[in-house]
Amino acid sequence: MKLALPKGRLLPLTSSLLRDAGLDFEGYDATSRSYRPVCAGMPQLSTKVFNEKDIPIQVAVGNYDLGICGREWVEELLAKYPSSALVKVKDLGFGYSELCMAATVDQNMRSLDDLSGYNGLISIASEYPNLAEKFALQARLRRFRVLPLWGAAEAYPPDTSQLALISRTPGQAMHTGLISITSILDSSAFLIANRLSWETKDLSPVVGRLYHTSTMRDPEKVTSAGDSPLGPRFARGKVRLALADGHQQAPTLQFLARAGITLNEDVPDSRRPGINVDGVSVKIIRPQDMPLQVANGNFDLAITGEDWLANHLTRFPSSPVRKILTLGYGTVRIVAVVSNNLPVNSPEELRSLLTNGTMERLRIASEYTDIADRYAHENRLSPYRLIPTWGASEVFLPEDADLLIENVQTGKTLAENNLKIIDTLFESSACLIGRRELADDITVEQLAKVIKPLDQALKEA
Amino acid sequence: MEIEKCKGSRDLLPGDMVRFRRIEDVFRKACLDWGYGEVRTPTLEYLHLFTSVGTLTPSMLSRTYSFLDWDGWSGERIVLRPEATIAAARLYIENLSDLSPAKLFYIENVFRFDESGTRSRERWQCGAEVLGSAKTLADIEMIMLSMDVLRKLGIIDVELHLSHAGLIRALLTALGLSAHEQVRVFDQILDEDHSVIEKLIGDNPQFTEALDLFFRAKGKSAGFLQNLQALLSKSFPVPGIEDSIAEFTHLAERLSEFDCKYVIDIASGRGFEYYTGIIFRLHCGDQKVGGGGRYNDLIPLLGGGNVPASGFGLQMDKIMEMTDIPPDERYRVLVQCRTDSAKAERLCFETAADLRRRGYIADIDHDGTGTACKWTISVEGDVDHPVYRLMDQAANVVVEAGSCSAICEQLQEAKANEASIT
Repeated sequence: MKLALPKGRLLPLTSSLLRDAGLDFEGYDATSRSYRPVCAGMPQLSTKVFNEKDIPIQVAVGNYDLGICGREWVEELLAKYPSSALVKVKDLGFGYSELCMAATVDQNMRSLDDLSGYNGLISIASEYPNLAEKFALQARLRRFRVLPLWGAAEAYPPDTSQLALISRTPGQAMHTGLISITSILDSSAFLIANRLSWETKDLSPVVGRLYHTSTMRDPEKVTSAGDSPLGPRFARGKVRLALADGHQQAPTLQFLARAGITLNEDVPDSRRPGINVDGVSVKIIRPQDMPLQVANGNFDLAITGEDWLANHLTRFPSSPVRKILTLGYGTVRIVAVVSNNLPVNSPEELRSLLTNGTMERLRIASEYTDIADRYAHENRLSPYRLIPTWGASEVFLPEDADLLIENVQTGKTLAENNLKIIDTLFESSACLIGRRELADDITVEQLAKVIKPLDQALKEA
Repeated sequence: MEIEKCKGSRDLLPGDMVRFRRIEDVFRKACLDWGYGEVRTPTLEYLHLFTSVGTLTPSMLSRTYSFLDWDGWSGERIVLRPEATIAAARLYIENLSDLSPAKLFYIENVFRFDESGTRSRERWQCGAEVLGSAKTLADIEMIMLSMDVLRKLGIIDVELHLSHAGLIRALLTALGLSAHEQVRVFDQILDEDHSVIEKLIGDNPQFTEALDLFFRAKGKSAGFLQNLQALLSKSFPVPGIEDSIAEFTHLAERLSEFDCKYVIDIASGRGFEYYTGIIFRLHCGDQKVGGGGRYNDLIPLLGGGNVPASGFGLQMDKIMEMTDIPPDERYRVLVQCRTDSAKAERLCFETAADLRRRGYIADIDHDGTGTACKWTISVEGDVDHPVYRLMDQAANVVVEAGSCSAICEQLQEAKANEASIT
């Protein structure tokens, strides 16, 4: 029996639920970095820890018999693939959140009637693009676009998108300046099963215990909380600059400081800090989302990674995004990785496993889905199936994928996971990107206020 | 690795294609004879063409194949054409809006996801549209043209079911449904969800009898519509129903006049949300083979001005199952080369070309395993003095000749003898 467990926000309560159910896992707690926790007294149970978003897919394709994840990710999969082989077994009664369609207070979009009566283009930013599209079709929006995101959707309205489909957790204040137009889904942690496994296998050793143990540990439903003010919006005539959140943020701020550019983070909205360059506005978003946002003219400049720019240009070869400067920090290599147990050391040798029938189909896992897709074409690694992942892809090898297209800094994580590199695709560092054509409300001189100091800092280095 | 076709798709084999082409030929000829011009819209269209209220129902939209193009960074999705009328309306607005009326027809495939696995996700349809005519005569023409095509294809047991979108909408309004609910309920009726009618009746017990007769009784003449109107005016007044009843009655009377039998079945309004007036369905046994209706609001909704329209579509996949393969009246002859030389092969091709000019199907045998034919002509002997042999099915040599034209004439003679014996 195979079980997929979530990391991240659901991990602590899932861990304690399992313990209460008599399923003692070694290596499944907030401090552990193990991807393969072991259940004492249940040797037949094989368990792996995934990003929550990956779990419905892994269970639906049959790699795992059971999984625990937020219902929102189950519904996100079902919105696009309603015939997915999933059984929703039980609401586990914790990890509540609410998905709501949000706009800013002053957009005159307060009800579904406002939306369906709107004649212009409505853009919806979300980490849940399938649910966003389903909503738009059901609400009969006349014309809409969904901006699929890696995160930070709450930072998008009103100046980068009209609407954002966001997740709120209990007690959490509504994001700055946003109001909920309508609730799309009440989510909580769910036990799910693969349909075929449910129909044909005895899963009772795990299901039975969880069924009888689960209690409503976290009964607090999402309540509306007070709004907090929105930071300064993008105004016409100002350069719109996107900077990265997460682990890219610190090195980016250090580099900017070397160029004499500093942010004023003493503001109510941490995603819209001030900046000491006149005529420039800043928003903090995910680096993965930047090329698409720059292509659409939502930002004039962005500091992202060359890897994400390459992934974007692979998907959209005629995109107007261009690289302006290579910034040289945050360097990683984008590599092809297999398990040490696989007797190949090059893409050619991997291909021969497919051509001589040793391997029936190659499973490729990657966050860089478009680069991975092209890599498979170029190296004639056919037939293959692509498994999109959302970080920590190394966990997929060797059981749930055969090849990984991943970034590495030192290779230490790969070695720890018994993996090896069989090919290097390219090297990637931070870069400044912009559009081939300037937006109609800004000038080259304005852009130069950001580009020139960065260029100067590079030369001095 | 097993090679197989994509799930939910269908291969058309030579026998299928003969049926397919026959339907196409009959439909195309009929439309041209009725004064229609052929068009073809691209397979790819923007999704937003199909998303507004009054175009496709959400349940249909959820089954479209939509994706981002290679230059789709803006998020603008494109679809594999899920439906042909809206695309034809777009074509009209973009290219032919100065024509009124425009009478157009097309033979196109549409793509819709089907979970059941019993239907192909790619379906072919023959459709015709009259754009720019508000007359009931245009609706009658749509019905008569579609039935003419089916009759010419040998499908005669066709049952014509009639409904009226305006009538259904007026009733939903009278029941006090909000604009949003009206759209939802109308969509469910169009998607043939009969539970919604049960629910409507259940929710309005004071009108049970009237609603039951409205949705469940069936009529065969214009008189039935008058009965409905009389019933409703007494028990459940429906404001604004008069125009729809008058239009429907006018059409029913005309059809009766043309000896065209029909069934008035209000709940049979399966179709598209864009219908505003008459809706018709064509049944053959338990199969729906086609349908159409009036859609006066679609072109205004797409920004093409106040252009009323009416149209229909025939489902080729269904009709193919009902039509026989017509006998191929052309004679097939196998041509064999029995001398291995370039010149002999050239003679062989020349003989085949001559046969084709004379109206035969000439099938060149590559290695002695060619399809068995009633007659075979072989080219053999010395290439400078070739011998042409005409053989019958049992490989008996019937006659020999020294030239291509002579053997072709011998064949014609043999064929004539055969005909006279029969």
